[in-house]
Amino acid sequence: MAIDYNERIPNNVELSSNKTLQRALEQWQPSYLNWWNEMGPDNSTNYDVYLRTAVSVDANGWAHFDHVKMPEYRWGIFLTPGEADKKISFGDHKGDAVWNEVPGEYRSTLRRIIVTQGDTEPASVEQQRHLGLTAPSLYDLRNLFQVNVEEGRHLWAMVYLLHAHFGRDGREEGEALLERRSGDADNPRILTAFNEKTPDWLSFFMFTFITDRDGKYQLASLAESAFDPLARTCKFMLTEEAHHLFVGESGVARIIQRTCEVMNQLKTDDPAKLRAAGVIDLPTLQKYLNFHFSVTSDLYGAEISSNAATYYTTGLKGRFEETKIADDHKLDNSAYEVMDVAGDKILSRHVPALTALNERLRDDWVKDVQAGIDRWNRVPEKLGINFKFTLPHKGFHRKIGMFADVHVAPDGRLLSEAEWTHQHQNWLPSEEDRLYVHSLMGRCLEPGKYANWIAAPARGINNKPIDFEYVRFN
Amino acid sequence: MNAPTTQSVATTERVDYQVDPTAYKHWKVAYDGATATLTLDIDEDGGIRPGYKLKLNSYDLGVDIELHDILQRIRFEHPEVRTVVFTSGKQKIFCSGANIYMLGVSSHAWKVNFCKFTNETRNGIEDSSQHSGLKFLAACNGATAGGGYELALACDEIFLLDDRNSSVSLPEVPLLGVLPGTGGLTRVTDKRKVRRDHADIFCTIQEGVRGQRAVEWRLVDEVVKQQQFAARIAERAGELANRSDRPTNAKGITLTPLKRTIDEAGYHYQFVDVSIDRKARVATLSVRAPQTNTARSEAEILAAGVDWWPLQMTRELDDAILNLRTNDQEVGLWQLKTAGDANVVLDIDATLVAHQSNWFVREVIGFMRRTFARIDVSSRSLYAVIEPGSCFAGSLLELALAADRSYMLDTTDGAAVNTLALSAMNFGLLPMVNGLSRIDARFYREEQAIGAARAALGKILSPREAMELGLITAAPDELDWADEVRIAIEERSALSPDALTGLEANLRFGPGETMNTRIFGRLSAWQNWIFIRPNAVGSSGALKLFGSGKKPQFDWQRV
Repeated sequence: MAIDYNERIPNNVELSSNKTLQRALEQWQPSYLNWWNEMGPDNSTNYDVYLRTAVSVDANGWAHFDHVKMPEYRWGIFLTPGEADKKISFGDHKGDAVWNEVPGEYRSTLRRIIVTQGDTEPASVEQQRHLGLTAPSLYDLRNLFQVNVEEGRHLWAMVYLLHAHFGRDGREEGEALLERRSGDADNPRILTAFNEKTPDWLSFFMFTFITDRDGKYQLASLAESAFDPLARTCKFMLTEEAHHLFVGESGVARIIQRTCEVMNQLKTDDPAKLRAAGVIDLPTLQKYLNFHFSVTSDLYGAEISSNAATYYTTGLKGRFEETKIADDHKLDNSAYEVMDVAGDKILSRHVPALTALNERLRDDWVKDVQAGIDRWNRVPEKLGINFKFTLPHKGFHRKIGMFADVHVAPDGRLLSEAEWTHQHQNWLPSEEDRLYVHSLMGRCLEPGKYANWIAAPARGINNKPIDFEYVRFN
Repeated sequence: MNAPTTQSVATTERVDYQVDPTAYKHWKVAYDGATATLTLDIDEDGGIRPGYKLKLNSYDLGVDIELHDILQRIRFEHPEVRTVVFTSGKQKIFCSGANIYMLGVSSHAWKVNFCKFTNETRNGIEDSSQHSGLKFLAACNGATAGGGYELALACDEIFLLDDRNSSVSLPEVPLLGVLPGTGGLTRVTDKRKVRRDHADIFCTIQEGVRGQRAVEWRLVDEVVKQQQFAARIAERAGELANRSDRPTNAKGITLTPLKRTIDEAGYHYQFVDVSIDRKARVATLSVRAPQTNTARSEAEILAAGVDWWPLQMTRELDDAILNLRTNDQEVGLWQLKTAGDANVVLDIDATLVAHQSNWFVREVIGFMRRTFARIDVSSRSLYAVIEPGSCFAGSLLELALAADRSYMLDTTDGAAVNTLALSAMNFGLLPMVNGLSRIDARFYREEQAIGAARAALGKILSPREAMELGLITAAPDELDWADEVRIAIEERSALSPDALTGLEANLRFGPGETMNTRIFGRLSAWQNWIFIRPNAVGSSGALKLFGSGKKPQFDWQRV
C-alpha cells in the first residue's frame, strides 16, 4: 500500500525519506486504527468533530482547526526543532553533546522509560472511552475527543521513538502498546492508576487536572533528556498537554461555579438540598480532589529511589526546568528534604538529593496543583461562598513510598487502623457519593445547552461561540 | 602493593609470541631420529619482564612462548619425530614450576593470561598425543615441583630419577597458599587417577613424594636409578615411537617468520586483520579467504607448505588472538568477520577432509582445532557479524559458532546476497575443549537440530535458513542492521568485564565436563579467586611473602 506520508501523517521527521520509519509505520498504522476503532471513543467513528490538528511545529501550524472524523484524524509526528550544538545539561555526561542515537549502554533503560510513558497515552483513551455517552454538552464532548486524539498522538510520538531508534525490539514494543488494555486482568496497562476506571465526567475533569499534570511533569523532565529525540518529542507534547490541563481545571471550575450559583439561589450549603437540586456539593468535590490527588501522587514512585538517581546521573531524565535551576546539575553533594514516618510521628529529614528526585518532582507538581486549587477558590469567593478547597497532606491515602503502610488524615495526623476505617468515608468518595455523581450523568447534546450540574464556559474553542456545533453526529 | 606499577610495565611493553628458533634462551632442542629431546635450561636473567630471576629452572611466560614455538616446529618441521622427551639441563632439578617472584609482582590479569596460555600449551601436548601420533615422555632427572610436575603431567608418561632425593611435588598449597593451577590438580585425579586421599596428602606437603611410593600412588610411571636413567629413557622413547603413525620419510614444512605489521590501529597479516577501536574497546578481527583453492592434491598441498592458506591463516589468527589477549586487555569485545568466496572455503574444507590422514594436513587440522579452541576460552565478548561478501562457511563458520552471538544481515538481493554454509569440518574435526563440535555443543547434542544442520551440509544458506537452523542469533534487515549491531555492541561494552568473563565461560561450554573444561572452568576459576584474596596477595599473603622469611598472616575465616 502506497501512502503519501506527508499528507497522511504530518511530520517534521522526514518520514517520506526514512525507509526504516515507513516500514515500521506500514505495519503499525493499521494496527493503530484497529485499536482506535475498538478502544477509542465509543460509537464515535462517524462524528465530525471540531478538532485541533498539529500540521507543523511553527506558530501557525500546531493548532489547525477543522471538523474531522476521528479515524481520519491526521496523527502526526512532531519534534521541537533541534538546537545547534546542544549540550547535555546535567548528570555525569554534563557538557557533552546531546545524543541523537540511543547509546547501547542505556538502550534498555531508555526503552523502558519510553514504553512506560507511551503506555499511559492509549490507557487514558481506554479509560475515557464511554464518557462520550454522557457528555454534559457538545463543547465538553469536543474537548473530550480533543484530549483523546491528542493522547493518541502522544502514543504516536512515543512509538516514533521506538520505531526510529530501537529496531525490532522497538517495533515489538510498539505493537505491545496497542495490545495492552486498561483494566484488563490478564493484560493490563503498566501503571496502576491507568487501570482505574474514569466512570464519570467529574472523574474525567479531575483526571485531566491532576493526573495529566503528572504527565506534564514527567514530560518536562524527559524534555531535559540527553537523548535529544526524546527531549524534543516531549517538548512538543507539552504544548498539547496544556490544553488537557485546561479542560480539567476549567471543567471542575465550572462545576464549582454551578454549585455555588445554586447555593446562592437556594441559600443553603446543605448537601442533601443541593443534591436534590441536581448539583454536586462542594465537600463531595473536595473528596474527589483528595482521591485523585493521592492516587496520582503515587505515580511519582517512592520518595527515595535509586532508579531515579540512575536516570539522572546517566542523563536520561532531568529535573523539572533543569536548566533554570542554579546548582551544579550533578547533585553529588547536595541534600533534599523528604518526609518520613518515625514511630507515631511524621518528621522530615535530609537525604542525598540524587536519591530524592522523585520527591522533588512530586513537590514541583504539588505546587502546580496548589496554584490550580487557588484559582478554583476564587470562584466561591467571588460568589460570596465561604468555602476553600485544600490539598490533603502528602501522606494521605498513599500506596507507594514512606506512607504506604500507615494511615494519614488529610490534615497530616497519623491515624490508627480503627480511626481510618471509621473516618475515611469523610475524605474519599463513598459508594453513595459515586452513585450520586453517576446519576447526574446524562446526555446533553443540543448546541448551546449545558447539563444542570455544570456551568457554561466563559468562551468557546478557537473563538467560536459557546453554542457552536462542535460535534456533528451525521 | 607493588602490583599496579608492574601492571603498567606489563602493558607498556608488548609481548610477542613470535620467537626466533635460533635464539631460544631457555630450551635446547636435540633431534635424534624419531626422538626430540627438549632440555630445559632456563637462563636466570632471561625473564620476559624485569624484577625477578628465573632461578632453579623456574619459568615465566617467555619460557612457555619458546616451548609453544618448539612444539609447533616439531609438529610441522619434524614429521620424523615420534617421541618428545622433556628433561633438564640443571643439576638435581627438573623444573620448579612458575617463578614465584614473577607471580608476586604480576598483576592479576597478567597471571590469569599467563596461566591460560600455559594451560593451552599443556593441552596442546595432549592434543598432539591423541591426534598426531606424537608421544611425550617426561624424564624428570631431578626435583619436579609445581608447574614442573604439571608439565610432566601433560606428558604421556613420567619417569623420575630414583636417587633418594628427587621427588615430584605440588607444593602450591603449603608453600604459596594457591593451587597447582596449570592443570595439576585436575590431571592428578582425572588423568593419573591418583586416589583422592593420596592426592590430598600429595598436594598439602611441600616435600612431595619420591621413589617407589610415587609409582604406587600413580604419580609417576617409573622410577629409575641414576646409572640407568639415560638408557631407560632412550629405550622407552623408542618403544613409544613404535606406537606412532607419523611418517618416516616425509619432508618437514618450515615455519618461516610470519609477515605482519603491528601499529596503533591493530595487527595486519595477509589473511587476518585486526583493527582496534580503543575508545569503544572493540576489535574487529577479520579473516579472509584466498581467491581460489590452488592446492587439491597432496603434492600441491605439500608444495604450498607454509603458504597453504589453512596453515597461514591459522598461524595469523593464532598470533592475532594471543596478541589481543595479552597486549589489549581493555579491548573487551571482538567483532568476528570474514571476507571472500564461501565456495572457495568449502572447496578447501573438502580438500582438508579428503587428505586428513596425510601427516601435514592432519597437523594443519590440529592447529586449526587448537586455535579455534583458544577463541572459546578467550575472556572477551565475541560477536560474529555476517555481512554480504563474507564467507562464514565450514571452517570459518566455526568463528560464528564460537561467538557468543552472531548477527547476519538479512538480504537476499543480487550482489548484496548474504549467505553462510556448513561443511564436514563443522561435524567433528574441530572440537572445542569439551570434546564436542560447536554444532553438537550449540544444540546440546539434540539429534533433531543437529540432523537438520547435517542435512544442510554443503548448501549455501540464506539468512532465513540460517535462522531456521538455529545457526545464527538474529537476522536484522538492511533498515535495522546498523542500529541493531551498534546498540548490541555498545550495550555489551558497558557491562562489567568480570561478570561478562564469568557469564561467557559458563554459557559457552554447556553441560558435561571433560578434563580440559575442568581445568579451564573449575580449577582456573578457583585459582583466579584465590589469586585475588588477601591470603595470597595481601601484604601478609603467602604468595606475597614467599622468600621473605616472613610467615604469612592468614584470615582464618573459611569462605
